[in-house]
Amino acid sequence: MKVIQIDKEKWADGLKKAADSYRLFGPVKGEEFHNFKELVKGESPDLAYLNSRLSAKSIIYPQSEVMFEYSLDESAEDHHIMKEVDKDYSQRAVIGIRPCDAKAFVLVNHNFDTPEYKDPYWIKACEATTLVGLACDAPCSSCFCTTAGCGPYHEVGLDVLLVEDADNYLAKILTEKGEKLINAAGWDTAADADAAARQIETGRQEAEAKITAFVDTDRLKAIDTNELYKAPFWEDVSFSCINCGTCTFACPTCWCFDIQDENRGKTGMRMRNWDSCMYPLFTVHGTGHNPRGTKLHRVRQRFMHKLKYYVDKYEVGIQCVGCGRCIRSCPVNIDIRRVCDLMNSYGSAKDTCAV
Amino acid sequence: MTERSLRLAGVVAPTPRRATSKIRHSSIAILNFNWGVNVQNPYLPYPVRIDDITIETEDKNLKTFKFVFLNSEDEGNFDYNAGQFAELSVTGKGEIPIGIASSPSEKGFVMFTVNKVGLVSSWLHAMKVGDVMGIRGPMGNWYPWENLEGKNIVIIGGGFAFTTLRSSIIYMLDPANRSRFKDIHVIYGARTPGMLLYRDELADWEKRDDINMHITVDSTDDPNWKYNTGFVPTITEQKAPAADKDTYAIICGPPIMIKFTQPVLDKLGYSHDKIIMSLENRMKCGIGMCGRCNIGREFVCKDGPVFTLEQLNKTPKEY
Repeated sequence: MKVIQIDKEKWADGLKKAADSYRLFGPVKGEEFHNFKELVKGESPDLAYLNSRLSAKSIIYPQSEVMFEYSLDESAEDHHIMKEVDKDYSQRAVIGIRPCDAKAFVLVNHNFDTPEYKDPYWIKACEATTLVGLACDAPCSSCFCTTAGCGPYHEVGLDVLLVEDADNYLAKILTEKGEKLINAAGWDTAADADAAARQIETGRQEAEAKITAFVDTDRLKAIDTNELYKAPFWEDVSFSCINCGTCTFACPTCWCFDIQDENRGKTGMRMRNWDSCMYPLFTVHGTGHNPRGTKLHRVRQRFMHKLKYYVDKYEVGIQCVGCGRCIRSCPVNIDIRRVCDLMNSYGSAKDTCAV
Repeated sequence: MTERSLRLAGVVAPTPRRATSKIRHSSIAILNFNWGVNVQNPYLPYPVRIDDITIETEDKNLKTFKFVFLNSEDEGNFDYNAGQFAELSVTGKGEIPIGIASSPSEKGFVMFTVNKVGLVSSWLHAMKVGDVMGIRGPMGNWYPWENLEGKNIVIIGGGFAFTTLRSSIIYMLDPANRSRFKDIHVIYGARTPGMLLYRDELADWEKRDDINMHITVDSTDDPNWKYNTGFVPTITEQKAPAADKDTYAIICGPPIMIKFTQPVLDKLGYSHDKIIMSLENRMKCGIGMCGRCNIGREFVCKDGPVFTLEQLNKTPKEY
């Protein structure tokens, strides 16, 4: 695999050059937190960050996006007929995404790109996007990526992996898309392959050694769905939840959405907006009947979806990359690592206590 | 003859079952992306015009809408099987998932019976013949017609959940299909005679000798009521044929009816792989992506809405 050495002195110039043919996105510090934003030309991403408050998912899957537009004016020729809208799917690159957020796109892709149906907005945005990852040398205490099918140097989902040292970035090119971006930036100094591989491997081992939180997921698949659903610990797990939905909005692997028509005068747009399984409206029937009518139902749905239904449906592990955002952001300290342990050990000798 | 039975006189051979490997979509547009991949937009409704509206029930809360496609080729693309549903798209208001009440053997239109209950269905009830809206689908799986060939079929329906059952009956009674199935029983109940759907057709079916009708109402003070009186579970116990390896029950109705009918079928000896049910849940996308209609790992919209009771026994009862 080709590795390019980028002198930090040449970093900003390269980005400027890449910006001629790419829309660039990267972490930018706001008043308090880092979040992903589109970079204006000449702006560099702030790579001295742990992780962003919200995940990078909105770059590919916006919190709110227009699907169609229509006219309600009966004198118009195509009134009441949905029409596709022009959208910007020119090539874009995300600079400095963490490996966990990139892996999350791979997990979510199982939902939007299926044998029967293809979500065109997701697929077009994914195709347009090049992900330049930044290896994580200082994981947070709430990170548990190494046991969630991911890791601080994980490459799946990335097009380029950047590894930082004092004076350089080593850019490990993982895909053709990645190579194209590196070329567009004009970074062309090949690193010594063996030395670079050794440096990356050492960095990976050191970073992984800093991860102190782990989950066990080995029994999730084998446990009977209905048994797990009826487990008594859901009462304790959901007790303090206020159904605020923060976990679902912060999560890089949550994909649920709502579709709404928004009218203004005689025209309107059909919109798709992020939604959350934490809200009663998410599942309430027209009759008022709600199959997930209590917060216990809704909290259980969130964890069962990520750690059991997804595991069973796609057989690619859990629907979680261990980024720890939901743990850090939860106002009542609900911890997915704890819930995962409760689920994974349910009915076994080491069955843990919820409280 | 009623308008509907006249319509039936013109039926043609059923459409062949769609190959399951085909990408299911509802789009009229093929988007050519700049990397050369063709992806059809499954969210884009086919434009349709309301061709006819029938008030079905005495409370006027159920109306049947007959739609014709504005682009005639869309009718061929909307290639459905009895038991499937579609998203009715009321432009400017939103979409609702509704079972298809017409049969694949009926050509030239599609038909849906809608209960007035929320924002979109209330708006739809106020619309007029000639108005333009959209239909997205067909969606979901269907009653397993290929497995039902050569079998006795007992249809058990209650209230306004009779829509896809109507589709199924019309489909099975089609001259091209009737010989594929053995005895057909229909147990259908509503609160009162005036709350039964498709009353003209029910009366026509009562006169036929190739379908055994068991219509019932919870109660009535109509002295001329000549059918059954009693709840669906009770009538099922009295009229349904005994279970055997060649007899399947298809149930669709309100939760309370299903709750009390299932023990009756158990008593009659129906095994759970021969009890077929169609579920409803709140939906948005209808294609397994928006995340709300799941029961366990199954999406009601895409993996269902038709499940055997044996399958449902393995999932949480979140419906």
